[in-house]
Amino acid sequence: MEVGKLIAVIGDEDTVTGFLLAGVGHRTADGSNFLIVKQDTKLQQVEEAFQNFSVRDDVGIILINQHVANDIRHILKDYHETIPTVLEIPSKEHPYDPEQDYIMQRVNMFLGGGM
Amino acid sequence: MSEVPPTRMNQQIFKAKKKAAEGGHKLLKKKADALKVKFRDYAKSIAETKSSMATDAASAFFSMTQAEYAAGNFKRKVAEGGMTARVRVGAGVDNVAGVKLPVFTKYETGATAENQSLGLVGGGKKILAVREKFTVVLEMLIKLASLQTSFQTLDEALKVTNRRVNALENVTIPRIEGVLDYISRELDELEREDFTRLKLVQGKKQEEAKEEEKAKAIAAKLAAESGKPVLARGKENDEDITAQYDADDDADVVF
Repeated sequence: MEVGKLIAVIGDEDTVTGFLLAGVGHRTADGSNFLIVKQDTKLQQVEEAFQNFSVRDDVGIILINQHVANDIRHILKDYHETIPTVLEIPSKEHPYDPEQDYIMQRVNMFLGGGM
Repeated sequence: MSEVPPTRMNQQIFKAKKKAAEGGHKLLKKKADALKVKFRDYAKSIAETKSSMATDAASAFFSMTQAEYAAGNFKRKVAEGGMTARVRVGAGVDNVAGVKLPVFTKYETGATAENQSLGLVGGGKKILAVREKFTVVLEMLIKLASLQTSFQTLDEALKVTNRRVNALENVTIPRIEGVLDYISRELDELEREDFTRLKLVQGKKQEEAKEEEKAKAIAAKLAAESGKPVLARGKENDEDITAQYDADDDADVVF
């Protein structure tokens, strides 16, 4: 096993391609660490991919497009592990909305309520 | 109110307990304050990084569109074939007031980049730009991931610490104080009881003495009336018991 953990990506084609170009892609006989979500990708497939990444111990960070994250919000809500960390990122078609991010909600609540 | 027997020893024990609890409370409060300061820092930088991430990501996506225009549809090629991760994250540990926070650091494996030949026909430069842009975004995301994990861990630690502080302040210390109160109350009560008992015994003795005095006086009066010498009763000890063995009365013993 190599040192360091992988960065998994779940997102639309543009996002995944971009990060693959940046060099996060890893594909072995067991499978890959990314999932391209297209229009016809089933929700179940996304759910499975996420569950799969979240239990793999060689994954450190899971990047996930916000619009995809919204689709599997019911799973993300029950996900409380620190590692792998789930990070919601903007996508090409969907501009980033901080209101929908759980962490941002928490941050805003803290900063708003604490001042 | 309590099952602790009210003894001096228990009082000492509970005094020590109270002191320990107060010390712990003070320390935990300090820890909570330290955590809160860090927490606030993290919250601020998360808010900043997330908002700047939005613009950076937008420009990265724009460069992607440009590349697509110049090089045609290359996306499918990128996702094809076997590949090894060039970029991984190493997990370090940061320590804030005894709370371990995971920190991700970008880590290059040194593997050669795949799809080097991508865009050979055209738009190679644009694709290179996409690589660079997304690398920047990726670095930012890794930073953000560290911040976010730290934030969550701190959040949890802060909750636990606050709960402990409150428990000590509102439950443990009052309970110990209650026991201490109870013990000192009981001890005082015992002391009062003892005092009363002593007083009672003393009173009784005095009464007895008085009675005796009276009886003596009556006996003396009776004796005076009858002219007989009073047979001292009960006070034999006052007489010189050696008087009857006075040496002067003895005849000389000759051997």
